[in-house]
Amino acid sequence: MKVTEKDVAYVADLANLELTEDERGILLRDLNSILDYIDRLNQLDTTDVPPMAQVSDRYGVDQSKTGSARFTYAIREDIHEGLRKSLPHEVALQNAPDSDGIFFKVPKVIER
Amino acid sequence: MELNSLTIDAARSAVQERKTAATSLAEAFYSKIEKDDPQIGAYLILSKERALAKAREIDALAAKGEMLPPLAGVPVGVKDVMVTRGVRTTAGSKILGNYMPPYDCTAVARMEAAGAVVLGKLNCDEFAMGSSNENSAWHPVRNPRDLSRVPGGSSGGSAAAVAADIAVATLGSDTGGSIRQPASFCGVVGLMPTYGRVSRYGLIAFASSLDRIGPLTKSVKDAAIVLRTIAGRDPMDSTSAEVPVPDYVAELEKPIRGLRLGVAKEYFGEGLDAEVRKSVEAAIQTLAKLDCEIVPVSLPHTQYAIPTYYIVATAEASSNLARFDGVRYGYRTRDAHTLSEMYRRTRDQGFGREVKRRIMLGTYALSAGYYDAYYLKAQRVRTLLARDFEEVFKKVDAIVTPTSPTAAFKLGEKMDDPLSMYLADIFTVTADLAGIPGISVPCGETKENLPVGLQILGKHFDEATILRIAQAYEQAV
Repeated sequence: MKVTEKDVAYVADLANLELTEDERGILLRDLNSILDYIDRLNQLDTTDVPPMAQVSDRYGVDQSKTGSARFTYAIREDIHEGLRKSLPHEVALQNAPDSDGIFFKVPKVIER
Repeated sequence: MELNSLTIDAARSAVQERKTAATSLAEAFYSKIEKDDPQIGAYLILSKERALAKAREIDALAAKGEMLPPLAGVPVGVKDVMVTRGVRTTAGSKILGNYMPPYDCTAVARMEAAGAVVLGKLNCDEFAMGSSNENSAWHPVRNPRDLSRVPGGSSGGSAAAVAADIAVATLGSDTGGSIRQPASFCGVVGLMPTYGRVSRYGLIAFASSLDRIGPLTKSVKDAAIVLRTIAGRDPMDSTSAEVPVPDYVAELEKPIRGLRLGVAKEYFGEGLDAEVRKSVEAAIQTLAKLDCEIVPVSLPHTQYAIPTYYIVATAEASSNLARFDGVRYGYRTRDAHTLSEMYRRTRDQGFGREVKRRIMLGTYALSAGYYDAYYLKAQRVRTLLARDFEEVFKKVDAIVTPTSPTAAFKLGEKMDDPLSMYLADIFTVTADLAGIPGISVPCGETKENLPVGLQILGKHFDEATILRIAQAYEQAV
């Protein structure tokens, strides 16, 4: 067992989840079974292999350039009002579970 | 009008020549949806008002005798992970149950700009996480070829709608096989374009270094028409590439004679169903008879693709799904007194089982002490997988494989064993990780009349070649 009950509680906390007792039990089983399978990655020696975080800096760009210079095509002049106009206030708030018409409302953060 | 074999060109021509009105065509599809979809469950939300407004616009153009755009009046469906202004978009999740997007996904906007009539939003696994469509928070989708079986996933609704002729073409998304595997299970064509080829603006993010939008269609030509419509740089998505878009339809006419096709032994080993193997081997023979040269190749790291994928994809998902916290949109719990309780209970109640499983796995892989062992390790192996393809593509023009190790499985069959469900993606995740394009084209059936898919993988930004091979195969059989 790699993952313990304590780990499940800790990770749930990081992920902003509470989880029921049942869910924690199932996740304990599932995470251990999946991570056991994932462990086969350790059969490979990757000491000298660079990590690949994204695809778009390897393909479809000017290979003679390096780093951010490869993405110069994405640079454009500033457009004052934005590429697309900002949403009007009421549209931006229309999906909010709670708002006062100006701000999103959430339960009180600081107790006095 | 016969809806069953209606292709994009046939639908558009009928509207152009005024044999039917775009509005009548849309109404005919809505009638068929009403009649047939209760058994299948492909649609989640119908956008009738928007569809008919578009259809009327097309009819007005046709009445003036104007030359109509390439998708004019063509009834299409869109996977419910692409946002549509004023049309509810849920990503198959309760947490977005009432979400009304204030803007349109670029791919959908481009379809409509080309004249397409968007009938509605298609069912999928919650946040596109699944291989059977059983993770939809609303209801599963049934395979139109056999209602006791799954349509594949996560774009199960997109594949089933095309197979059941309740859309001429659909858009899906692919992160680990979610276009190609359901296309294979339902007997339709599914194309995943190169990473960067199609804008993801307005695609609800699952794993940003993998997610792609692509078409599911009845024919390879239709896939080429849709790709030509949605491809190309979009200033709203900085990951969309500045690479010229060829005319994919014109490119289909080029011969395939002399092309070199790689067959990788790693895709024909243990776990491959005997009937699937037989169909795919027969398809490769057909391509050989069309004067393609079959070249045995090796992609030695293939067996590491699933473990790599389930670290990379879940890590990115855990970050992308952090935005669902009950503040700006979506579901919020009523049962919370503090902000922290509100976040947690909202997410607990709003997300389904598989989504929580993946958030937990991804959060674990990124957490202090495990980051190097899991996330960084997986990224390094991802480089090895990409290099496998780079080496092989020095020798061949495309690679042919089975799309999935089995034909469609039964509903419920894999729901209690996440690992066995993950293995359904074993032949598709490699292309997602490497960023290359892939297409699944139907290649025969099993004894139980279940469709089998042939997967053709190509070089970066070379969709034209795989489409050409797929079409040559489609026409030969």
